[in-house]
Amino acid sequence: MEQLLQQVASGLANGAIYALLALALVMIFVSTNHINFAQGEMAMFSAFVCWQLLNWGYSFWVALPATMLFSFTIGVLIERIILRPLHTAPLLSVVVVFIGLLAIFHSLAGAIWTHTVKPFPSPFPDFSFVHSGIIGPHQIGMIIGAVGMLGLLFCSFRFTPLGLAMRAAALNATSARLVGINVDWMLALGWGLAATVGSVAGVLVAPVVYLEPNMMAGILLYGFAGALVGGISSPGGAVAGGFIVGVLENMVAYLGNMLERATGFYLIGNGEKLTVALIIVITVLTLKPSGLFGHVTVKRV
Amino acid sequence: MATTMTTETRAAGGPAALPGLRRPIPKWIWLGIIFAALLPLIGGQTGLISNFYFLQLSLMIVYSIAVLGLNLLTGFNGQISLGHGAFFAVGAYVTAILIDRYEMHYLATLPLAMIACFIVGYLFGRPALRLEGHYLALATFALAIAVPQFLKYRHFEPLTHGVQGINIFKPDPPFGLPLSPDQWLYLVVLACAVVMFIVARNIVQSRMGRAMMAIRDQPLAADTMGINSARTKSITFGISALYVGLAGALHAIIFEFVSPDSFRFELSIAMLVGAVIGGIATLSGAVIGGFFVQFIEKYADALTKWITSTVHLPIHLEPWTIYGIVLIVLMYTMPMGIAGGLASLWRKIRPPG
Repeated sequence: MEQLLQQVASGLANGAIYALLALALVMIFVSTNHINFAQGEMAMFSAFVCWQLLNWGYSFWVALPATMLFSFTIGVLIERIILRPLHTAPLLSVVVVFIGLLAIFHSLAGAIWTHTVKPFPSPFPDFSFVHSGIIGPHQIGMIIGAVGMLGLLFCSFRFTPLGLAMRAAALNATSARLVGINVDWMLALGWGLAATVGSVAGVLVAPVVYLEPNMMAGILLYGFAGALVGGISSPGGAVAGGFIVGVLENMVAYLGNMLERATGFYLIGNGEKLTVALIIVITVLTLKPSGLFGHVTVKRV
Repeated sequence: MATTMTTETRAAGGPAALPGLRRPIPKWIWLGIIFAALLPLIGGQTGLISNFYFLQLSLMIVYSIAVLGLNLLTGFNGQISLGHGAFFAVGAYVTAILIDRYEMHYLATLPLAMIACFIVGYLFGRPALRLEGHYLALATFALAIAVPQFLKYRHFEPLTHGVQGINIFKPDPPFGLPLSPDQWLYLVVLACAVVMFIVARNIVQSRMGRAMMAIRDQPLAADTMGINSARTKSITFGISALYVGLAGALHAIIFEFVSPDSFRFELSIAMLVGAVIGGIATLSGAVIGGFFVQFIEKYADALTKWITSTVHLPIHLEPWTIYGIVLIVLMYTMPMGIAGGLASLWRKIRPPG
């Protein structure tokens, strides 16, 4: 029982990261209809920036805001410089540009910080409490950090004029323009925010998976899975989806482990994590492409 | 995608350019192929071209076949795949396992690898049918990332040898031909490529090819015209996988080794880069693309080192940076790839009439 709880807890902690990434993907998808294949590598790059700042001796609470600011700037710049001219470009061009960005971030991180795996210090104090057998301090920190970030975003979208303008720009660009909203800048801001959310995910997950240029590939896949399960057109759904796939991932490994212990037959385990994500992605896409909470888009012919 | 394609075909001019009407393959292409086939005799026997370069040439041709497969799917049918490395892996593994475990003749493994890939591709294409554009890209992206891990699955280990991979040996040329194994394999690969390009050309110019392009440009109109788009799309996926699978099988034979980590995401990206650089909806673009992929793989290191030292960069650039920059720049300057760019340039400068 305790093992099961442990698995659920660590699933929730991982799920928090997937939720952040899924949210970053959905924020860009809702406003521009693009899937940002470079999201994971951008988050990885941010985590490296944070590590570098820590290494230069800044405290974590200086390094994190600086990293977030850096990521925000990069996100805005990418939108303004690289994606702006592609607004009406064919889909293939857009996908190829994202793949190009992925390759650039990946190789730059490797070039600047090398491919050796680096430990990343957890920002959270190592305290112990009654249930520390079930959940570790960093995992709690991950959940709190992610939920805090989500709350902040929710409030700013719900209660500030800027948030309202951004939502309007994403929902209906033409009408938004007619009421005087600068839609172009709202899209760039959305990109910046998505990059910021991604950077928090990268920094929070780095102590768990260690720092290296390949660290985000699998995590991004789960971010995709989360976004799809929740519905790629629904920000709230994507967050829920992230937590769902986080727990699901651990449950599958746990059940596989139980099965092996009971029957001696190895079916599935930690080694098949990415395959599980692939199966989730394909199943959702074929059975319910709009996800659990997304709305079905009807095309007018 | 659709808009550029239609303008492209329209710009191509009168009815002679319509893909439905067959034109003979130009003579200079046949001459080029004969010259390529004589290379082992000319260059090999005189010692002008070493075995190493024959290996490089073979790899270029192999990647051309793979890029051709991707072109058929993405360029002619409009389905974006970021995961064709998976089919490359299936082809390579089928051949390697058949040779290693069942001691089959290497040439006999090729059709089996192709059939296996067609089936896998068709089966993947069937559910992926309902996915359009972004969603298909996403599903295939997931496929590409999951492949190496999938190949390490514990129950496949007796066949695949897990992370260690499979070693196979280069076959000697038959009938005591005075060729080195590398030269012989170069001829085998070249022959396969010629056959596959002619087949691709026939597919594109046939009823099937017209259906593929109709679905790409106007899916709704294609349906209305009575084209079974579900069937056409999944068969195209299968054919595309078959091409890539053959490339994988040949790669395994000339490289003498397969392992899960040779089929990482980078491979799928490399194929996409090749397709985009050559020109996504052209057959000749596949040759340019294949050559580019191998060239970058071989010389990008040297190129990046050269750039790093001449520009005095504080960091050592990596080949992928060049990939990424080339991709993005190309999308702005020549979205139809080098072959497409040259073709439209030719139409601008050619004498009227």
